[in-house]
Amino acid sequence: MTPNAIAILRRHGPGLLLVLPALAAIGFLYAYPLLRSVIFAFLDTQGGVTLAHVSRALAFYGRDILFSIGVALASLALIAVVSITIAGYLTLGATPWAVALLRWLYRWPLFIPFIVAAQTARSFLSRNGLMNSVLMELGLLSPAAAQSLLDWRGLILTFAWKQVPFVTLLLAGAMASLDRATIEAARNLGAGRLRCLLGIVLPQVRPNLLVGLILSLVVIMSVLSVPMMIVAGNPTMMTAMMAHRVTYYGDYAVANALGLFSYLLTAFAAWLYLRTTLAREVRR
Amino acid sequence: MTLLRLPARLLGGLMLPLLLGLTAFVVFGPLINLAMWAFTEQWFFPNRFPSQWGFAFWERVFRPRAGAWEALYHSVTVALAAVALSLALAIPAAYALARLALPLRSLIMLVFLLPQAFPNLPIFVNIAAMFYGLGLNGTLFGVVLVHSLPGLVYAVWIATAAFSAVDRSLEEAARNLGAGPLRTFLGVTLPQALPGLIAASIFVFLDSIDEFTGTYFVGTPDITTLPILMFNASMGGNYQIAAITALILLVPSVGFMLIIERFLKADVLARIGR
Repeated sequence: MTPNAIAILRRHGPGLLLVLPALAAIGFLYAYPLLRSVIFAFLDTQGGVTLAHVSRALAFYGRDILFSIGVALASLALIAVVSITIAGYLTLGATPWAVALLRWLYRWPLFIPFIVAAQTARSFLSRNGLMNSVLMELGLLSPAAAQSLLDWRGLILTFAWKQVPFVTLLLAGAMASLDRATIEAARNLGAGRLRCLLGIVLPQVRPNLLVGLILSLVVIMSVLSVPMMIVAGNPTMMTAMMAHRVTYYGDYAVANALGLFSYLLTAFAAWLYLRTTLAREVRR
Repeated sequence: MTLLRLPARLLGGLMLPLLLGLTAFVVFGPLINLAMWAFTEQWFFPNRFPSQWGFAFWERVFRPRAGAWEALYHSVTVALAAVALSLALAIPAAYALARLALPLRSLIMLVFLLPQAFPNLPIFVNIAAMFYGLGLNGTLFGVVLVHSLPGLVYAVWIATAAFSAVDRSLEEAARNLGAGPLRTFLGVTLPQALPGLIAASIFVFLDSIDEFTGTYFVGTPDITTLPILMFNASMGGNYQIAAITALILLVPSVGFMLIIERFLKADVLARIGR
């Protein structure tokens, strides 16, 4: 070994030695399965490269892929609108008791595990669920018109119910650290609260909103219990179809090919995010 | 002008409580529905509310051979083992990331973030395929391993923040007074980082208690944890048993979240990800 290498080893050796076990665990439990999932999506039984699994995944589950993209986009849109509204009210609200109450209220679903959220949605949104019961008691819904929301609507509502507090937490935190002077100035010049939120506050916290939405997209594309428990039959989320392929057919190749599409979707979202934030950095 | 404004004001004044009431219903309605199912003995379709209430299903869930005790035992053992394994791997790594000279430090931090940054279902599917070959499917150890993947990510990030919040001058003072590196670590650094490490343990524990996907692929049908028990009951149409199991799952989540602020102090929180 050269004296240089020995010096590097002496300087970094202890640190590397301490990090190594954890890195090895990530390698065994994450990096290797990740590589495996990509490689096995393109490998035929003889060990040759093939696109057959990808095309079968598209042929069998193309509708589910489109369904997943639609549900994900609709969920993210709902999450964005509700989170901006809540965080905006927490920042600009003029009624202290209402702000305090909302701050206490909105966080609860954050603490509820997804599997429990799926079960609550399964009972709450069903035809005889509490939502329909209360609407009927209030006279807002006739019993004949009551229907179950346990389909794409149930998925969107459950994903939003669970992720809105998370995105709101990020947004409200970012809004709280903004410079109040510009907001006060705009208010003094007669700008309404809505205009203030959309014109001054929101553009400044846009990166935080995008990070929250991308992390929510990863969650929506990963959670298995919610689609399995809320949607019966087809079309459904890609996650449920991957599990179906593995548990009923033992077909890991098509499941891995489907997995590729979920990677591509989140990678595309991450690329969009990086492109817009980098463009902003350059403009500055 | 003021006369015209008065009804609008009144309407605005009513609007706020109405909207907050609606928010409360959206947040708590599903949970109330869950609690109702847990104490329902009869609830058939045309009835808007349960026709018979009672504790009959609680007794059924906790009957000695009903499986709930076994699921609870599995859940708690797996969670404690996942905490032990994740922390045993994360504490040395986090100390090195916070304190020692490391080449490519930010790359290593990124590697510990990746498992949360991409959809993880294909990962669990492939872990299950690997574990099948290793004979780990359907074993408690296999489930502990699969729970330690997300656990390790939380543990490394929070523990790194906890170690970087420790005051360096106290460590230097201990070294100057003649304490060795290990003694300094155990006597000075570790006690100061302890609240952060407890917070990390709580996160790993909660994540493991609630974990469904990994257990579904690696553990079933041999290992039943509480989430799997709840899923099976719900899919079998037994909403009472599903609701009772769900309420049991809520106890640690809500309980720990109420105390976590005591352990996850602002100075540690601000250092997460640095």
